[in-house]
Amino acid sequence: MRDRLNSGPGLVLVIVYGIFALSAGARATVQIATKFDEAPEAYLLSALAALIYLVATVGLARGGTFGRRLALVCCTVELIGVLVVGTLSIADKAAFPDDSVWSVYGRGYGFVPLVLPLIGLYWLRRTARAERATRA
Amino acid sequence: MNDILGAIVTVAALVVALLCLVAAIRDRPPDLSHYAGVALVEVAALVLTVAAVIAMIGGDRPTEVGTFVGYLFTFLALPPVAFALARLEPTRWGSVILTVAMLVMPVLVARLNQIWEATGA
Repeated sequence: MRDRLNSGPGLVLVIVYGIFALSAGARATVQIATKFDEAPEAYLLSALAALIYLVATVGLARGGTFGRRLALVCCTVELIGVLVVGTLSIADKAAFPDDSVWSVYGRGYGFVPLVLPLIGLYWLRRTARAERATRA
Repeated sequence: MNDILGAIVTVAALVVALLCLVAAIRDRPPDLSHYAGVALVEVAALVLTVAAVIAMIGGDRPTEVGTFVGYLFTFLALPPVAFALARLEPTRWGSVILTVAMLVMPVLVARLNQIWEATGA
């Protein structure tokens, strides 16, 4: 279904989220399959992050009320995740021996993981307002 | 990994990214030349992949083969996916989609190189 959410800039978000879902997912799968014992928490966290990116991609691509809700939950969780994990990874380096997507606010990925949920939330808000305006 | 092929993909992707960025700034959808550019980058990426696979079969491979192959898939999938999404969005945002994808390609080349070099091979 094409609506405001997945048109224009929304489709750019879909591809960026898709890239993150794919590369974070591939990385987490390999880490869990080959060296899970080294840092189980970090790798599970990577897998969770990848899953959230995947669901956000689906939500944004799908559009509609349900897609919007999915994307809203995912972007919120992502923002909290990147802030909490980013802060913890600086405060307590021992707890995060191996890098995850969210370590040091996503520094390993050019801080895109920090900026992406903000852009996502902004886009969700903006399109929601535009849709309400059309309906009214 | 073959440095020359990596450099070719990087330069080609950056040139196409620049052309798509110009289209986006001018508020134009991507035209045939942009799509051809993306296809060209994909061909270069395929050549690089074949060369890497041949090297791996020959015994010259990174320690983290799994990660390397995972990134190779992302690398190969990106141009066609961007192409399809841009076709869905024949506005300036289609040009932005192609720009973003073409800017990510050099990053993926760098990541592939990094994983390959980690062996010292």
